[in-house]
Amino acid sequence: MTVPASDVAHRVAGRALHKWRGSLHVRVAMTTFVVSGLVVLLLGFVVLDQVRSGLLDAKTRAALSQLDFGLQHAIDQFNAIGESSSVGSTVSSVVNDLAGRGSEAQDYGVALIPSAGGESARSGDIAVASIPASLRRVVTRDDREAWTFTRITHADGSSEAGLVVGGPVQTDPADYQLYYLFPLHQESQTLALVERTMLFSGLAIVLLLVAIAALVTRQVVRPVRQAAATAERLAAGRLRDRMAVRGEDDLASLATSFNRMADTVEKQISQLRELSRVQRRFVADVSHELRTPITTIRMAADVLHDARDDLPPELSRSAELLQNQLDRFEALLADLLEISRHDAGAATLEAEPVDLRGIVSSVLESTAPLAVRHGCLVDADLPPEPIVIEADARRIQRVLRNLVSNAVEHGDGRPVEVRVGAGPGGVAVTVRDHGRGLRPGEAALVFNRFWRADPARTRTSGGSGLGLSIALEDARLHGGYLQAWGAAGDGSLFRLTLPWHAGGAVGESPLPLEPGPEPETDEAAAEGVAGA
Amino acid sequence: MTRGRVLVVDDDPALAEMLGIVLRTEGFEPSFVADGDRALAAFRATKPDLVLLDVMLPGITGIDVCRQIRAESGTPIVMLTARGDTVDVVLGLESGADDYIVKPFKPKELVARMRARLRRNDGPTGEVLAIGDLTIDVPGHVVARGKEHMPLTPLEFDLLTALARKPGQVFTREHLLEQVWGYRHAADTRLVNVHVQRLRAKIEHDPERPEIVLTVRGVGYKAGPT
Repeated sequence: MTVPASDVAHRVAGRALHKWRGSLHVRVAMTTFVVSGLVVLLLGFVVLDQVRSGLLDAKTRAALSQLDFGLQHAIDQFNAIGESSSVGSTVSSVVNDLAGRGSEAQDYGVALIPSAGGESARSGDIAVASIPASLRRVVTRDDREAWTFTRITHADGSSEAGLVVGGPVQTDPADYQLYYLFPLHQESQTLALVERTMLFSGLAIVLLLVAIAALVTRQVVRPVRQAAATAERLAAGRLRDRMAVRGEDDLASLATSFNRMADTVEKQISQLRELSRVQRRFVADVSHELRTPITTIRMAADVLHDARDDLPPELSRSAELLQNQLDRFEALLADLLEISRHDAGAATLEAEPVDLRGIVSSVLESTAPLAVRHGCLVDADLPPEPIVIEADARRIQRVLRNLVSNAVEHGDGRPVEVRVGAGPGGVAVTVRDHGRGLRPGEAALVFNRFWRADPARTRTSGGSGLGLSIALEDARLHGGYLQAWGAAGDGSLFRLTLPWHAGGAVGESPLPLEPGPEPETDEAAAEGVAGA
Repeated sequence: MTRGRVLVVDDDPALAEMLGIVLRTEGFEPSFVADGDRALAAFRATKPDLVLLDVMLPGITGIDVCRQIRAESGTPIVMLTARGDTVDVVLGLESGADDYIVKPFKPKELVARMRARLRRNDGPTGEVLAIGDLTIDVPGHVVARGKEHMPLTPLEFDLLTALARKPGQVFTREHLLEQVWGYRHAADTRLVNVHVQRLRAKIEHDPERPEIVLTVRGVGYKAGPT
């Protein structure tokens, strides 16, 4: 399979962008490169321009002074024309004279051109055609010295940049123009050399700057990265990890502060751990210390209770009360120990694959006697296919038993509906009753410890008041949540949502928290929804 | 006649005395020992039909006592524990206890647990079952692979027999708790898990890949093909 080029480009751009965003190092180096590159380029242009105009100015001045000399010489020669010499011979001798004054290095061409017909003469191999017509026009018409840059053509056809200066030679016997043609190859060489030097030094400077920037950034970034890595390790639980402190600069103070923070965090955590350990220990001790005498009391009470028929009425009733209140005391103690175990973070999850339907069935079975006592019908709707989740069956059973017995007790004898659902986000069980329901705002309170729906109402169930708090903790321990909905006069609904795997992510609950429309549903204003 | 001799290993004198009263009322014949170090000697001396063992003991712990007794006898052991959901329970079960009961318990519950453990789960005379390459002589309480006898405790024997009587049928853990342990309502399914592990360790060729007692994921267990 081929990948379209645009895709590849996109990916490369994406990676570059990621690198740009992700690394301070790269960003600083790139910025330095671009900015210093621009500055060096600008500087290079300015310097080159200065050098070029300086060189050419000097050349022009030298050329003009040479022209002045040549003009004077030519005029002298022409004025000296006598019997013994002709104009023609003078012209060539003047040209040769002037040309001969040049050295080998400073080689130039000289030309004498008549303004109005006659013999012209030139030296060297420089073509007269190299003298631009415009220059000749200026010299002829304005009758003054002039100069221009042009290309000088040699006799062999090669050409190069050059400077041509010219001026009029007006004497009686002759009217000529004298031109000097200076090739500029030396100046071009100098300029090329300067250009090359500037280019290389510019490049070197840019690279050097980038390297320096990278180095400096590295010095700053390295401790920052080290701090990040150390923070990661601390976060991962390696509380003893610290940063290395070097020197006394700002970065060293970063490391020092960081280490001090880590020390504090470590101390706090170990303190909390110690507290939690003490708490767990205490819970375990209380558990053991209280339970043994209670077992004895419980057995003694049972023996008395069994024999109550043979006792006088007041002793018999006492035995009954003792028995009932022991039940309540035991339930309360068990719940207290359970919730303190949750508080101490000592509650452990014994998760294994279980069929949620099996748990619900066994809960319904165990709560059946209670339902019968309240004359309440529990209607369960279990799906035909197994819903196998990874969960602590004992805890889930306890949660559901709590929800169902609450619903039965507060259902005022009306049917209780249990629904089981499964979806991609997790699994859910809802327990719905049609009792007096919850007043607005109460849905948020039901999970509070020792909260009572109606303080004036006598407690008949003997519940500890901790059942829903424990249920909430059990749900959380699984990574799930427990929520309540209620409407005054319309009963309430509790929904337990669990992830497929204990501690896994839980998405949208497969069952709605609010029951569907029913004939006698009252306005939504009376509803309250809460949970965790 | 008594229902059976019971050795009570508990360091709390009041609880031990109370247990004595209840057990005698129920027709058991209790004897007592108050610390772990002397438990094994008392066990050897009294040859009880069942041991009630407190996990927290002075001297060696109930877990170690359990291991010592298990090393020489399959006598049913019921642990008394103060905590129902800690590692103690699993440790106790893994060291060989048949069942446990969490303090505080009702005397009737304790007696029901004890009776379930003392009950002889006898089928028809001469009933012989086969499962995998094992043969089970039910009345004789003998499990053998060929000529080799498997030293199963009565509980492990009951568990295997329950599964083997209906080969291929899936038993939920709750069902097994009811049938083997005598629980009427759902109880701790770890009981089943731990004892299935112990049973496998004794009868399977490779306990990691069982062929006789198979796990049915999310449901329970079943006996493999005969």
